Formats: sequence, C-alpha cells, structure tokens
Amino acid sequence: MVAKRIIPCLDVKDGRTVKGIHFVGLRDMGDAVELGSRYAAEGADELVYLDISASAEGRKTFCGLVSRVAEQINIPFTVGGGISTIDDAARLLDAGADKISVNTAAISNPGLIDAIAGKYGSQFVVIAIDARVVDGRWMATTHGGRVATDRELFDWAREAQVRGAGELLFTSMDHDGTRDGYPCETYAALAESLSIPIIASGGAGCIQHIADVLTAGKADAALAASIFHSGEIPIPVLKQELRKQNIPVRL
Amino acid sequence: MIAIVDYDAGNIRSVLNALGRVGASDFVLTANRSQLRKASHVILPGVGEASCAMQALRDAGLSDFIPTLEQPVLGICVGAQLMCAGSEEGDTRCMGIFSAEVRRFRETRAEKVPHMGWNSLREPEAGANGFCSPLFAGLKQGEYVYFVHSYYPEVCADTIAISNHGIDFSAALGRDNFYACQFHPEKSGAAGERILKNFLAL
Repeated sequence: MVAKRIIPCLDVKDGRTVKGIHFVGLRDMGDAVELGSRYAAEGADELVYLDISASAEGRKTFCGLVSRVAEQINIPFTVGGGISTIDDAARLLDAGADKISVNTAAISNPGLIDAIAGKYGSQFVVIAIDARVVDGRWMATTHGGRVATDRELFDWAREAQVRGAGELLFTSMDHDGTRDGYPCETYAALAESLSIPIIASGGAGCIQHIADVLTAGKADAALAASIFHSGEIPIPVLKQELRKQNIPVRL
Repeated sequence: MIAIVDYDAGNIRSVLNALGRVGASDFVLTANRSQLRKASHVILPGVGEASCAMQALRDAGLSDFIPTLEQPVLGICVGAQLMCAGSEEGDTRCMGIFSAEVRRFRETRAEKVPHMGWNSLREPEAGANGFCSPLFAGLKQGEYVYFVHSYYPEVCADTIAISNHGIDFSAALGRDNFYACQFHPEKSGAAGERILKNFLAL
C-alpha cells in the first residue's frame, strides 16, 4: 500500500526560506538546502520549494538553488512559484526538479497544463489551487490569495485533471495560517470527485489535524510549513503517532 | 568506471546526482559499445513510454548488446521494464533478460494510477528475515522506496523484491549479473542510497 506522505513546504526568497502567516509578514527561517536536508534525514517523504521572489534576479537565484537541492537531497521535490511558461518548467526540470506546481498562470492560461504534461508527463505537473468560500462556494484565488477569480474549486480541479495535472495541492485560504485544522469534508469531496492524488495544505496546528485530513479527509499527503520549521512538531514524532493510528506511513 | 547508458531516454541528472552522493565520482555517459563493455558497472536509466524507449535502444544499436554484458548491470524504472520479456505499453518486445511481462495497473478508488509515492518491499522467499539478494543487503523487510509508474513487471522466477499496489508486482528483479529496480533508488532516501552502494559493491 502506498504510504501517506508528509511534505514540509519551504517558501524561498533570494535563496533563503521564509514562512508567511496568511502569506504576509514573512519571517526568515534559514538556508533552504540545509533545512531540506534536515527534513529528508528526519523522514520527510517529499519537499516543496516555493519561490516567492518577485525579481528576475530572485528567480535566477532560485534556479541555482534547485540545482543544489537536486545534488544534495535524496528524496523527491516539487518546485513552484511564478511558473508561467513551458520554458520556465523546462529550466526547473533541467535543474533537477522532480515536479513543478502551477497555480496563477494555469488559471489565466489553462493550456499551460496540457503543454507541460504533454511534454514531460503528468507525474511532473502538480496543480496548486488556493481557494476560499465565497457565498457558500469554494472559489479559486490567485497571486497568493490576493486576487479573486470566477473559477469554482471542483470544476477547476476536474478540468486540471483532464488537462493532465498529476496531483492536486489544495490550500484553503480560510484555514491557512489559522492552526485550526483542515476543511476535511471538502478534501473528502475532492477525493471522491478526482482520481489524482490530493495534497492537503494550510491549517495544521497539531498532529491530530494531520491525522484527520489523511483519514476523514481522504488526502494522500499533508503539506505544512511553520509547524515543522519552528520545531514544534518533529517529523519522526508525527509519523510515529500517525502509525499508532494505523495510518500507513514510511518510518 | 561506471557507465550510464546514453540512449536519450529521459532525465539522468538525478541518477548522476545520486552517484555523486554515494561517492561514485568516476562515471561516464555513453552509448559506445567498447566503453560499455569495459565499464565496471552499467546503469540503464529510462523514463517515458516503453515502445519509444525500446526503439531508442535499438536505434543506439544496444538492444541485442546489453544482454551480452558480463559486469553488474542495473536497470531503473523504464530501464527495468526494457530488461523484461515484453510490455503491454505500445505492445513492445523488450530485451528478455527477465521472464516477466510488463502490465498496466488497473485503477480503483483505493489504487490510483500512476502508482506514485513510497511503497514497501518484501522478500519473495517465504520465511526469509532480510532480503536474499545482495542488492538489498542491510535493508529490512518492509523498507519503503519511491515509485512513479503506471506499468509493472509481473512477479516471476527472477523477482527479488515484491511490492503491492492492488496486485503483487516485481519491485526489483535479479538474474546472474543483471538487476532491475522498478522504483527509483536515486530518490528513495537512505534506503535507495544503500541499494546503489550495494550495486556498486557487486
């Protein structure tokens, strides 16, 4: 049986990791490769590196970082942030990324998913959707949650799957940073309506929240940042507890 | 000198990076027969579609040559599948080093396709504590490794590790000097690095 995955997410600006609360008010958390190595050694199943640099210079630095991560880290990793063309994806693949995640650019240009998946395979493409509830419906947002769109979460997720996305990374902007847990019912409904794996992101405040989204929420993986970066929930402790609850994890 | 077979079949960077991490700095990327013949170890990587990869191997003039190699040879992912008898993908005749046929997973609610992520290995020999194959020396039963694939080699007489994704399949195969991993040792953490070290120690 495939193990449920635990994925630390490292937000990177100019080669260093930072973590935002509701995506504002960033705090420096240190060297990105070193932190990733530490997580890999502790038993993280994958890593996500998210480039939040705004400048062209920052983007170049990020690509160099991806090469160093690929050299030094022995588990799969996904990179995201600002990927808007197939050339962006190609550069990151060449640098050694195992997967890329697309978000804002895929909403304005859904054909980007077809193009990248068609060329490099679905296993290379993660569709990231940030959504929040608006008038009772989950609506996708872009630009780190700042811009509303007219795309409904379930519709958009299904379309992305048909276009060739190999995984869905769904973040509830209503839960991200709150530490109150994930919207498990929404995750379970997504799992029912999609055939691709689902990564839950945003909202974990304790081990039980992660256990819940992997069971009641039917998610295949849980992604988190600050609870890992702060050392509050060490990955070995988390995984031992998940296994105690009969959740299949790699130890 | 370790030779990595160069037949334009996908991303070999991660394999090269992993060799670097296990301290194997002396490697060459080549499709040259005499270089391959002289190498201490040969690695056959591969991603993508099986019939295209097999065609690329034939175009490089290596499909009949690789089965004649006498040093340790390791196929990875699609490289492993090309060492089997044949594949359902593109109705492909493969090199036939192993007797297994390669089949597609059936998708269910519980078993998504592709089979992607960490899954556990077990020894096919009933009653064995660890693994019998030297490729898995030092690894415990139930060790997790990283997979990304939609097609799998069936369990056969050459199976040295079994994994399950709705059905038992060959996670690894071995016969004489030939070894194959359906998973990615280069992405399988410390366990994967141990497997690469074991191979290089053969």
